[in-house]
Amino acid sequence: MDVASHTVTNLIIFVLALYVGYHVVWNVTPALHTPLMAVTNAISAIVIVGAMLAAALTDTTLGRVMGTAAVALAAVNVFGGFLVTRRMLEMFRKKERRTSPAATADSGS
Amino acid sequence: MSLNLVTMLYLVASVCFIQALKGLSHPTTSIRGNIYGMAGMAIAMVTTGVLIARLISDAGTGATLLLTGLVVGGGIGTVMAQRVAMTRMPELVAFMHSMIGLAAVFIAIAAVAEPHAFAIAPRSMPIPTGNRLELMLGALIGAITFSGSVIAFGKLSGKYKFRLFSGSPVQFPGQHLVNLALALGAVSLGAVFLTNESWPAFFGVVAIAFVLGVLIIIPIGGADMPVVVSMLNSYSGFAAAGIGFSLNNPMLIIAGSLVGSSGAILSYIMCRAMNRSFISVILGGFGGEAITASSDAGQRAVRSGSADDAAFILGNAETVILVPGYGLAVARAQHAVKELAAKLAERGVTVKYAIHPVAGRMPGHMNVLLAEAEVPYDQVFEMDEVNGEFGQTDVVVVLGANDVVNPAAHTPGSAIYGMPILEASRARTVIVNKRSMAAGYAGLDNELFYMDKTMMVFGDAKKTVEEMVKALDQV
Repeated sequence: MDVASHTVTNLIIFVLALYVGYHVVWNVTPALHTPLMAVTNAISAIVIVGAMLAAALTDTTLGRVMGTAAVALAAVNVFGGFLVTRRMLEMFRKKERRTSPAATADSGS
Repeated sequence: MSLNLVTMLYLVASVCFIQALKGLSHPTTSIRGNIYGMAGMAIAMVTTGVLIARLISDAGTGATLLLTGLVVGGGIGTVMAQRVAMTRMPELVAFMHSMIGLAAVFIAIAAVAEPHAFAIAPRSMPIPTGNRLELMLGALIGAITFSGSVIAFGKLSGKYKFRLFSGSPVQFPGQHLVNLALALGAVSLGAVFLTNESWPAFFGVVAIAFVLGVLIIIPIGGADMPVVVSMLNSYSGFAAAGIGFSLNNPMLIIAGSLVGSSGAILSYIMCRAMNRSFISVILGGFGGEAITASSDAGQRAVRSGSADDAAFILGNAETVILVPGYGLAVARAQHAVKELAAKLAERGVTVKYAIHPVAGRMPGHMNVLLAEAEVPYDQVFEMDEVNGEFGQTDVVVVLGANDVVNPAAHTPGSAIYGMPILEASRARTVIVNKRSMAAGYAGLDNELFYMDKTMMVFGDAKKTVEEMVKALDQV
């Protein structure tokens, strides 16, 4: 029997991941839709993996320039995306601390 | 490190990304989710780094280039994340979409130039047809995402004089035909690239995609930007998935399709909240018609009052719901509103915030703006949660919102008929703060403003709310 081609395997992964994404994202609370968008930006920066291969493993100038530029562009999102998400989520957390001032006082002493 | 181990570590990273999204189901779990996301990204990057170290022939140059890109990009990203104002989040997100799009294009170019570096094809052998198709699709989606996001960024920031960046839609006769012709051109050039792997055809496709990205976004009006930003979010995910297909990397496919479905769902939610079909937003229908404001606005009598009057009514209420709109954020009145809510709570008044899905410039924007002003999130309610309560509410305060509380949504034949709204008109008393009687985005007159139980308080949101806070002390 023939082995299924790469493309078919990839298609299976693609469809299943879409399905997982659909169910996970509907569970995201609407209050956190902006952080969701920021963190998905960071996650789609996973193309940095391809960019790293391009920057390091190519030998022509074209390949290297493209690879290095792509690493830089994706890195903006990796760092920017996760950090700005964190910044936003911290804002949502602050209030919980405020409601338990005793705990904060304890940790301070 | 064997390739099997690399693939397993990529699987771990993929699971981390799913966890990152799952954590966002509640504010308390969200920070842990974000840490999962960072861990997943770190695993993916370190694994790739080790893999590269094993394969690399010219270690010095390759590593230098890689680290330079990483440091420069990472530095810029870090600074932006720390400095950006929360009102500017939509622009930042649009900017970040464009980064992904352009990165996808660059990677595709590098892959076409040197497929052996990505193990797509042995050195000096042609790329298999399947991979050619995938590379081309990745580059195409990436290019559309890039140029579309640049236009969206310009429209959102509203600072640039450039006509394509203005909030009002750009339309010209035969627009759809031009788009169709360009798309057909891209398809035929794509076919050429598939048969003979020619560079001109590849660059032709990319160039057409850049133009298409611009043409798709310019006819969409400023009011529809929440949909556009969500849609481009989805595109950027699919661009990543496309690169994953061409590089045969399941992790890229998984991460990309997670993002793709996330963006698609957000677009759907935004479209539903604005009562228009996805197709009509994409084809640039509604935004254009919206400017036709009804001419009798401002001529009918409204009951207007001062901030003191409003404070008096609020002081005697038992339950109050605040309805913030984007006008509130523009006036930077979030802190003043929070103070007002605190003052009312001190007097034993139950205060809730009601948020319409399109209250801000992107999904969930208003929630972030309120969170920044340190409004506790358990006082903030989504439309579906709070709509049943308006009937039992003494006072509703509408701050810088218009269409989202317009009862015309219940009138068949109205332009916004069927749009889900916050039922502010059901409350016993309604206080509306606006700068003027100007119509909202939909260009419609708002019956709510003319009701007997409504009191209009004109003026800048921040100043008015601050006056209410002061006046409350004297009630």
